[in-house]
Amino acid sequence: MSIEVTINKRSYIVDVAPDTPLLWVLRDVIGLTGTKYGCGIAQCGACTVHVGGDAVRSCITAVGDVAKPVTTIEGLDADGNHPVQRAWRDERVPQCGYCQAGQIMQAAALLAETKNPSDQQISDAMSGNICRCGCYQRIQSAVRTASRGV
Amino acid sequence: MRAPRTSSGPCVRLENVSRRQFLRSTAAVAAFALAAEIFGLEPGFAYETGGGQMPHGIVNDPHVFVSIDPSGIVSITAHRSEMGTGIRTSLPMVVADELEADWSKVRIVQALADEPRYGNQDTDGSRSMRHFFQPMRQVGAAMRQMLEQAAATQWGVPLSEVQATNHEVIHRPTSRKLAYGELAKAAMDLPTPPVESLKFKPDNAFRYIGHGNVPIYDLFDITVGKAQYGYDVRLPGMKYAVIARPPVVGGRIKSFDATDALKVPGVEKVLELKVSWAPPAAFSPLGGIAVVATNTWAAIKGREALKLDWEDGENGGYDSAAYRQQMAEAASRPGRVERNQGDFDKAAAAASKVISAEYYVPHLAQASMEPLVATATIRDGAAEVWAPLQYPFGAREAFAKLLELPIEKVKVNVTLLGGGFGRKCQSDFAQEAVLLSKALDGAPVKLAWTREDDLHHGFYHTVTYSRLDAGLDSSGKVIAWRHRSVAPTLFANFKPDPKREQAIELGLGLADIALDVPNVRVETGEAAALTRIGWFRSVNNIPHAFAVQSFIAELAQALGRDPKDFLLEMIGPPRKLELEKLGVTDPLWNYGDPYSTYPIDTGRLANVVSLAASRANWGRSLPKGSGLGIAAHRSFLSYVATVVEVGVDSQGKLIIPRVETAIDCGFAVNPERIRSQIEGAAVMGLSNFIGEISFKNGRAEQSNFDNYPVARIDNAPINVRVHIVPNGSDVPAGGVGEPGVPPFLPALCNAIFAATGKRIRSLPAGDQIRV
Repeated sequence: MSIEVTINKRSYIVDVAPDTPLLWVLRDVIGLTGTKYGCGIAQCGACTVHVGGDAVRSCITAVGDVAKPVTTIEGLDADGNHPVQRAWRDERVPQCGYCQAGQIMQAAALLAETKNPSDQQISDAMSGNICRCGCYQRIQSAVRTASRGV
Repeated sequence: MRAPRTSSGPCVRLENVSRRQFLRSTAAVAAFALAAEIFGLEPGFAYETGGGQMPHGIVNDPHVFVSIDPSGIVSITAHRSEMGTGIRTSLPMVVADELEADWSKVRIVQALADEPRYGNQDTDGSRSMRHFFQPMRQVGAAMRQMLEQAAATQWGVPLSEVQATNHEVIHRPTSRKLAYGELAKAAMDLPTPPVESLKFKPDNAFRYIGHGNVPIYDLFDITVGKAQYGYDVRLPGMKYAVIARPPVVGGRIKSFDATDALKVPGVEKVLELKVSWAPPAAFSPLGGIAVVATNTWAAIKGREALKLDWEDGENGGYDSAAYRQQMAEAASRPGRVERNQGDFDKAAAAASKVISAEYYVPHLAQASMEPLVATATIRDGAAEVWAPLQYPFGAREAFAKLLELPIEKVKVNVTLLGGGFGRKCQSDFAQEAVLLSKALDGAPVKLAWTREDDLHHGFYHTVTYSRLDAGLDSSGKVIAWRHRSVAPTLFANFKPDPKREQAIELGLGLADIALDVPNVRVETGEAAALTRIGWFRSVNNIPHAFAVQSFIAELAQALGRDPKDFLLEMIGPPRKLELEKLGVTDPLWNYGDPYSTYPIDTGRLANVVSLAASRANWGRSLPKGSGLGIAAHRSFLSYVATVVEVGVDSQGKLIIPRVETAIDCGFAVNPERIRSQIEGAAVMGLSNFIGEISFKNGRAEQSNFDNYPVARIDNAPINVRVHIVPNGSDVPAGGVGEPGVPPFLPALCNAIFAATGKRIRSLPAGDQIRV
């Protein structure tokens, strides 16, 4: 079945079952592998993308239900210089880096909604994103830093 | 220029060269210098490591690791796997610094799996920097000297008049300069100078080493989604596959029906992956039914539609609750004596008081954020594999054997690892991909593991039951100490199950404990491995340190002593333990490194205790419901002490506002990445507090992060501060990736006791405190 989705301002027509999660469409069909698989049940946040500006877990979002434009880590900023991305580099957040695309997308969505989040708001918003390397204190700090640059 | 691989020569060394003689010749050279040196160089100082004892040992040849192109770009090969420690950056950074390369002109090339070329590539045991700091300095120094020689030849001037600095060679008397790119070909054509002739930068001339000013090489790519992990490999025409594996280790398929699976859109094929799994099976795949599809999702849906009938085999009765009872019984009886110092029985009988406690740490899963995955293809009698592997060369050997191909016909590309923590040492998952490609006539296939696969088919952290007994004299001094440890061994993967911890495991914080106690006995009890036990970040140090450091705090409490002061008393005066006086039955493993280079130094252990305590302002008064706990542990040849501060919020939930960790890891090559490792160790320590893999009917009961909880940002320690003991480059580098983990659990539990009066001896802690 042909389904049309807009990803990073570009339109794609994909031929998959409509219940296929957006995650696998992005990764396996379109080839945008920046969005990661971590759990498949919306427990870890590694697959976070923006749909219509909202952070969603693409692993449980059926592609057939995606009605708004999708932004992935590859499309967050043309030069990779979104304030969150800059803060992530300035604060040397990543270790293995695998979860960071999801973390960055989650943080960017938070800051789009809440310009100057409190520590509690940051912690609440980021608590669905697991980092097994344990970069949490730098994530907390980088979101704070990025909030000054948004 | 390859390290000797004899038992007497583990690493390229310079001890045979007289240091004085070298200084004399350097002084003679200096007398000829017509202009001031930019910085002085020093003759080689080297210490012995165990690097040469590892498979394929050490290689330190710049012709292997470095190439310079005419534009001046310096390519440096990283031969260890990157799983988050930063080693892919840090080792090339060592080369670059000693080579006087400008980091902005350095490119990193990930090595193929090729140990005969690069030396050992087993990225585990916290030994990459430990074993390769010196060889990488030698690579850089040799390349620098080759560039200087090339310049001196081109100018027709004495070598003593030229010096390489910041990506160019300068003729000091005339200030003429040649850029590295201009010298590249001539320099690369020179033979590698003998290691005895190498001169090294003094510590104060380092630009990058010891500074922590070099971001990880993949930082930008990670933040824009371009970093390539194993899960991200894509080949033209690639198929996607998942496997339904026997739910019990050693089980096998009786029958299956793929009719419905083949109706799932995108599913192309269902086939049995036949293996004859029998212990000791090393890293062999478990076998099962593979579903091959046009995308990962279709493969997963296809697998769900399989009708499967399994035979469980002899591990079908594995039940964690019953097993724990058996372990407790084993711990109540005398075990095999592994260390016998003095006479425990006599001293305990004479003690005025004997205190005992038992501790339990369950199986844990590494659960790296990137689940296991590998991509393989076979074409024209040659195979190529892409995978996140901690042991790339061992994996390559396994692939060659599976395919009955000469190893030269098997190419293994090491991708970035989205975490490893020991699980990606075992190449079972990549062997599956290779077998699958073979079954598909060589078609490129990506074999993906789901999170459920990861938790159900692990090489788990062992499970440990510990019993400790201490005899006190009338003055409150500990005069007798006995530690019984019962845990299945991971060496059951490699030999008939010895049913108790083996020498390497005894060396992971059990038999090698520094105690200022005259009578010490360590015993092991029997426990069969009923699942696959594997490497897990810091391995048996987790339960060993948990038991020892919790028990020391319990003794302090029983005696009404300050836990920090009592811990220091148990460590005793500064001394290097004499091995022969330890009373260990087997030779002490010492992490595979020579004891002469890395002795057990109680002064360093006590120093980190004092440092962490002082940074935590130990002894300060805290509000009711808050508390400090301390623990210290030597592992991977580094010394770490941690003070954890806990509080309990209004809902009774644990909060960890602050952690102060002091580490003495010898010379700190990349302090910024040391900090990140120690910060992460506290988070993983908390995960070890709340997680458990348990078995029922031989099956792991946990399946995903909803029932295998790990630390999240809203319960993780809020502020972990890291204090690195300063050392010069002559103090042998210790491990960093793992040593931060073991002291965290006991420090946390000691803090919880201080805050609440509740002593947690059995993990997971879930039903004892809200986290």
